Amino acid sequence: MSRDVWVLAEHAEGHPRRITFELLSRARALAEMLGGRVASLVLGNGAARLSRELGARGADVVYLADHPLLAQYTTDAYAAVIAPLIAREQPSLLLIGSTAAGRDLAPRLAARLRAGLATDCAAVDLDQGRVVVTRPMMTRKAIARVAFRNDGLRIAVVLPNVFAPGAPDAARTPQVVPVPVTLDASAVRTRVAGITPIARETVPLTEADIIVSGGRGLRGPENFALLDELATALGAAVGSSRPPVDSGWVPHDYEIGQTGKTVNPQLYIACGISGAPQHLAGMSGSRYIVAINKDPQAPIFSVASYGIVGDLFQILPLLTAEIRRLKAAQAG
Amino acid sequence: MEFDLSEEHRLVQATVREWATSRLLPLAAELDRTGRYPPELIRELGDLGLMGVFVPETYGGGGMDAVSYCIVMEEIARAEAGLSTIVSVNNSLACFPMFHFGTEAQKRKYLPDLARARTTGCYCLTEPTAGSDAASLRTTARESGDHWVLSGTKIFVTNGVEAGILIIYARTGGEGSRGISAFIAEKGDPGLSVGKVEHKLGIHASSTCEIVLQECRLPKDRLLGERDKGFQIAMATLDGGRIGIASQALGIARAAMEDAIAYAKERRQFGRPIAEFQAIQWKIADMATRIQAGRLLTYRAAWVRDQGRGHTREASIAKLFASETAMWAATQAVQIFGGYGYIQDYPAERHLRDAKITEIYEGTSEVQRMVIARHVLGTA
Amino acid sequence: MNIVVCVKQVPDTEAPIRIRGDGRGIEEGGLTFVPNYYDEHAVEEALRIKERLGGTVTLVTAGPGRAAEALRAGLAMGADQAIHVQDPALDAADHIVLARVLAAAIAPLSGDLILCGKLATDDNAAIVGPAIAEFLGLPQATAVTRLELGQGAAQVHREVEGAVEVLEVSLPAVITVERGINEARYPSLPGIMKAKRTPITVRTLADLGLGPGDLGPSRVELLGLTPPPRRQAGRILEGEPAAVVAELVRLLREEAKVL
Repeated sequence: MSRDVWVLAEHAEGHPRRITFELLSRARALAEMLGGRVASLVLGNGAARLSRELGARGADVVYLADHPLLAQYTTDAYAAVIAPLIAREQPSLLLIGSTAAGRDLAPRLAARLRAGLATDCAAVDLDQGRVVVTRPMMTRKAIARVAFRNDGLRIAVVLPNVFAPGAPDAARTPQVVPVPVTLDASAVRTRVAGITPIARETVPLTEADIIVSGGRGLRGPENFALLDELATALGAAVGSSRPPVDSGWVPHDYEIGQTGKTVNPQLYIACGISGAPQHLAGMSGSRYIVAINKDPQAPIFSVASYGIVGDLFQILPLLTAEIRRLKAAQAG
Repeated sequence: MEFDLSEEHRLVQATVREWATSRLLPLAAELDRTGRYPPELIRELGDLGLMGVFVPETYGGGGMDAVSYCIVMEEIARAEAGLSTIVSVNNSLACFPMFHFGTEAQKRKYLPDLARARTTGCYCLTEPTAGSDAASLRTTARESGDHWVLSGTKIFVTNGVEAGILIIYARTGGEGSRGISAFIAEKGDPGLSVGKVEHKLGIHASSTCEIVLQECRLPKDRLLGERDKGFQIAMATLDGGRIGIASQALGIARAAMEDAIAYAKERRQFGRPIAEFQAIQWKIADMATRIQAGRLLTYRAAWVRDQGRGHTREASIAKLFASETAMWAATQAVQIFGGYGYIQDYPAERHLRDAKITEIYEGTSEVQRMVIARHVLGTA
Repeated sequence: MNIVVCVKQVPDTEAPIRIRGDGRGIEEGGLTFVPNYYDEHAVEEALRIKERLGGTVTLVTAGPGRAAEALRAGLAMGADQAIHVQDPALDAADHIVLARVLAAAIAPLSGDLILCGKLATDDNAAIVGPAIAEFLGLPQATAVTRLELGQGAAQVHREVEGAVEVLEVSLPAVITVERGINEARYPSLPGIMKAKRTPITVRTLADLGLGPGDLGPSRVELLGLTPPPRRQAGRILEGEPAAVVAELVRLLREEAKVL
């Protein structure tokens, strides 16, 4: 087994996704501890141009697999390319981002390669010669420390917004290793028939630094407009707890919580959300939490860094105006 | 002696609780306020087999036992009492007599619709001058060619407005209990009409009305059971009915207790949640104790019934104790809520209004005491 | 269509948990166990397909005795058969090993479609479904919000980052379902009675033709469980709305430094 730490790069619209930068940053730190290199694995069609950015963000080596059948993620194609490569090169650890594709692929690889696999990792460390991760469990009521066996491949699927992306170093150019791809279309048993963007103007929730989120206290779908305004002023993404989704006020992709997304933003503003455990499970990892609720007994206040007991219909417009003033002053 | 619920019973409990919490509880305040009969919920209950819990599956029912019935009733009543009344009457006072005393033809004709709530049933016994003294009823049924002709007025008929099928008790013979027969009537039978609709203190979603019989003609095959043996049917029916009402009362009591606990944990006075004060804690302890006792009495009555043994005394004991517990617990809950207990925005006052009827219908507490005394003194 | 659905019994997410003294697990006494929420949607989807196209729905689970309750709940919803893999060797199994065992139980069933919930709410691992697909050599689609069956293939919708992907999957396949794919039905009383009468097939590893050496070691190990880090007690800001808002923005800028 080598001492290298690998990162599976994900990309969209010609650039690596932010989570890839986060993982590369962590991989650098781990590789230093191990005395190895950082390699990034990128698959796509015409993906060579990504190597520069991957190098700048920490990759010493970029394994590049370019092929028309890799233009979009499919389980069979990506597994067929990655599995033999990993089996041959034997990296110490493979980091995969917890994205739709990452979660789809990682268990497949782990089963094929009989690798150790841990998902939803919120920390990846080396402890007495073992790779140890921590991950939340039981609706975030417990944190598990999980260790990998030392013999055999190790795969960790890492949550977004856990590690900070490193600053880009343009001087760092990676060694690019082309990976020959012999793929037969008949071996790929799924086909992407279409991708329809969900018409949301903001960053996906799982990648957002700031999230403004609404619950039952908003009383109706039309009041999400108040959150949209605050979010625009902040450059934030908009989410919700479960009740607005169940009531049909917002689509399911807004949902944060046990049956929705887990988010780790720097700032989470919870408006009219009571703070049931199922919701906290999705956002209690946020660095700072602001809660606005008219009920002083709402459980959300027990996790909030700053709480306002008040009428959100009064508070939100005032807050939006104040943020706009601040941003104007900062820009001027 | 096994006190735990079996796996099936636990699954029934989890299922009905989940349904009641997500489908019924959110509507409880509105149903009480508007008195709206919810046909969509009745339909769902019918599909789940809950409107004919112990009717065999071959007739479209749930095919379960009396303990299951107790569980179903308690979970529905915990969410909303009016609907549980509708369920109770359909199960105990309509499906039961139909199943136990009906001919095969009658069962095939009526049970599937009743059990699946394609229509609902009701029980017409009480009259303006015959309440606790039911055997003194005056509605008559005389033979006329190949028909029965019924005349009289029945009052306090639960489900009477919506029901399609009615079990009617009328006099076919001499005085007293020995001259009464039971009949199956349908809405649409000539001479049968819904009279005055009552406005009640509670259980508003459940309709209560007069049924007026003016020379109501029923084909001969509508006699239920044997002629002049109707009173036995009425009384046998009440044994099961009382177990159902006992469970309903427990559900209301539990609603009162759980709502009071939730309130007490949040309401702060003198710097602390009031749940930390002993006065409140003792009330809650007493509520929990009496509810537990009521449940054990009710399950025991159901168990004896499931053994196929006579259970009149057990049913009366359960109904008496559980209904008085519900009334007491609901009163305590209002007290715990304090001023808010008197305000209609909060659920406590509704539980109190709903609880009261359980001490009255299907035999008042006074009648229950009579029945129990007769059994205990050996004069039954 | 023969549909196989994998189900799991998990602790009720509503209930608080207590971490065992040795930190190696949670106290099970007093816990309520329920069928995994996502699996209910998988069973529901299977039942809808059966109602449209005919066939059988077989449930499979692996776990201790209480895991059978997830099978009973699925049978009560309307599934036809149930298999419970029970073996002490599974206590120490990681997800990959478990998937290997489940695949061995599923393979002889000749399923046209294998459905799972996208994850189980006790550990949120989301590993077993795709791993089963690998061991069975079948294509997969994960976290599916819509499933339409065609000739020899299924068309599914998946939520990916900021978009909905439409994917065609050739059948047979393993598909894991996301909530929103359907509304799961309540078990009816006749269903519960029928479930009570349906025998559950119990299988040990030996019954599946697996010896302890066949599984391979578990490659991840739980070192310990700890309660989540207590968040620092926060501050409640009080005063007139305008003043409170100004104070909040100031704190976010100067103290939290997030603006």
